[in-house]
Amino acid sequence: MTDKKTKYQEVAYYPGCALEGSGHAYNRSTKALGKKLGLKLKEVDNWNCCGAMEVKNIDPKIQTYLSSRVMSIAANQMGMDTVMAPCNGCYHNLKRAEYDLSNDEDSVAVTERLSSKSGHEAYKAGQVETIHALDWIKDAIGEEELAERVKNSLKGMRIANYYGCMYTRPRHIFPEKDQGPDSESTSKPHFMDDLLAAAGAENVEFPLKTACCGGAHTLSDSDTSTRLVLNIIRAAEAAGAEVIATECPTCHGGLELHQIRAESVLGIKTNIKVIYFTQLLGMALGLKPKQVGLHENVSDSFGFVKEKGLA
Amino acid sequence: MPIHEKSLIRPENLHVQEEKEVDGVDVSGHWSTFIETRVVNDYNEALEDEIGALPGGDYIHRCWQCGSCTNACTVHALNPDFNPRYWIYLIRMGMESELLRDKDIIWQCVSCHKCTHVCPRDVVPEGVMKATAHWLELKGHTPKSPSTVFDDIFSEQVIKTGKIEDGRVIMQFFKRTGQKFPPPWMVDMVKSLLRNLPIGLLTKMGMATLVAPKTSGWSKSRDAIEEYVAELEGRNREALGLDELVKAAENEIGPGSGPQEART
Ligand code: SF4
Ligand code: SF4
Repeated sequence: MTDKKTKYQEVAYYPGCALEGSGHAYNRSTKALGKKLGLKLKEVDNWNCCGAMEVKNIDPKIQTYLSSRVMSIAANQMGMDTVMAPCNGCYHNLKRAEYDLSNDEDSVAVTERLSSKSGHEAYKAGQVETIHALDWIKDAIGEEELAERVKNSLKGMRIANYYGCMYTRPRHIFPEKDQGPDSESTSKPHFMDDLLAAAGAENVEFPLKTACCGGAHTLSDSDTSTRLVLNIIRAAEAAGAEVIATECPTCHGGLELHQIRAESVLGIKTNIKVIYFTQLLGMALGLKPKQVGLHENVSDSFGFVKEKGLA
Repeated sequence: MPIHEKSLIRPENLHVQEEKEVDGVDVSGHWSTFIETRVVNDYNEALEDEIGALPGGDYIHRCWQCGSCTNACTVHALNPDFNPRYWIYLIRMGMESELLRDKDIIWQCVSCHKCTHVCPRDVVPEGVMKATAHWLELKGHTPKSPSTVFDDIFSEQVIKTGKIEDGRVIMQFFKRTGQKFPPPWMVDMVKSLLRNLPIGLLTKMGMATLVAPKTSGWSKSRDAIEEYVAELEGRNREALGLDELVKAAENEIGPGSGPQEART
């Protein structure tokens, strides 16, 4: 535990493409939260896309190469031992590349070939540890310290924590999960619950924590995505939640977009707010809504956070 | 229908007679149902190898038909006809014509990885779904699905510049699929977003749509990946015998009318 605490004080930061575009609120709030907590982020130099959910459908090995390049720069050019990726897609792909490069010779061969032709050192399994923004806050700060620093408690805020697909599945690419009470669980993840509870929030019993929002087909099969998102929103509302806390730009964007689509296409209106956990924690620590990018969310939760005494 | 034996009965082979009497006993409806016998003889013995040769399909041979994937599947819960275990069975048995009956829904896999998470044999059923959808497109059984069009646009942009910008990908997607852009619900979404955004940020986001973000010095990686993709596509065509198919078609109906726009 303490090893990680020291190790995660300064990490290589891999925001990924979504955080420079539609997920900018997550980028802004992650950085602001880190700064507020005194943690250092060194952005990976000249990073590239990890391959997201699309490139693997051409060939998973190209995706492995793309993700490995990010880790190679962090390790070989920046001398970092930890890469923190807040986006579930990036986090998943880097973990997946780590797994493939430790277990599959063909992936190693393709990565070595593409790396040498690209003129950089090939990444070797084990050079860095990839973590999620949740691991970062949980291990570098922890619930106790977080609770001490809270200025505006989230007391009375009922939250459904939504983790999505890529943070826990498939289990074999996350060897550190399911390793006892201190570790994250792949069936019932709780890191976000723990952190928000430390900030005073009331987490509801939410059965669809790891359900799929249909993010891969947000546009190519919108009807399916809208149905899946409605399932999630309705389950959260039924559980008594006022907010769905998110930790992935694709999930977050999908929930917001299909909440609106459900209203304009199906005439089904839902009221739940969709807010990144980094935004919630940031505001609990005293940051202003704009400092955590609340204005960059598609859905409008200004009135709500004011009502809760956070603004 | 999830039980494959039952779904192998084609509706047209199920016969029911209303008002049927045999020896003075009324055997109408349910009692006179019979199934026309049918011999399956159109096996494609190469099917498993072909799909297994495409990226993602590598481990299809490991499947022992436990059904965990279908049981866990997100899309199956919405549509019981979406059945990964059953399709893997058909592919391994070489029952191509049965598989083709579901050809228009296989691409709908949302890559939630629930199947891969629960599969006790490390088949990576999610990958098999992608490989199967590509096989259908490569063989000309289905047009490119919207999902493949999206993958193509996205991957082209990543390979070319190293990064993507979501606005550009979205606009390209609507253009290539011939849909009106933006759809009304997206207008609602943008309106909602505009409510709170300061003008400076908007300009920045607008610029990103015009000027693609780039990873600098990417050209060598681009060339290396493009070269690799060209080889990969050659291997895929070979594994599926596409060039021979085109030749055979040309011999029969004259050149120039082979399968249009294969995924190359
Ligand atoms: S990845 Fe696809 S096949 Fe697998 S469970 Fe999800 S939707 Fe079903
Ligand atoms: S879970 Fe795996 S072994 Fe079981 S039917 Fe699905 S692919 Fe086959």
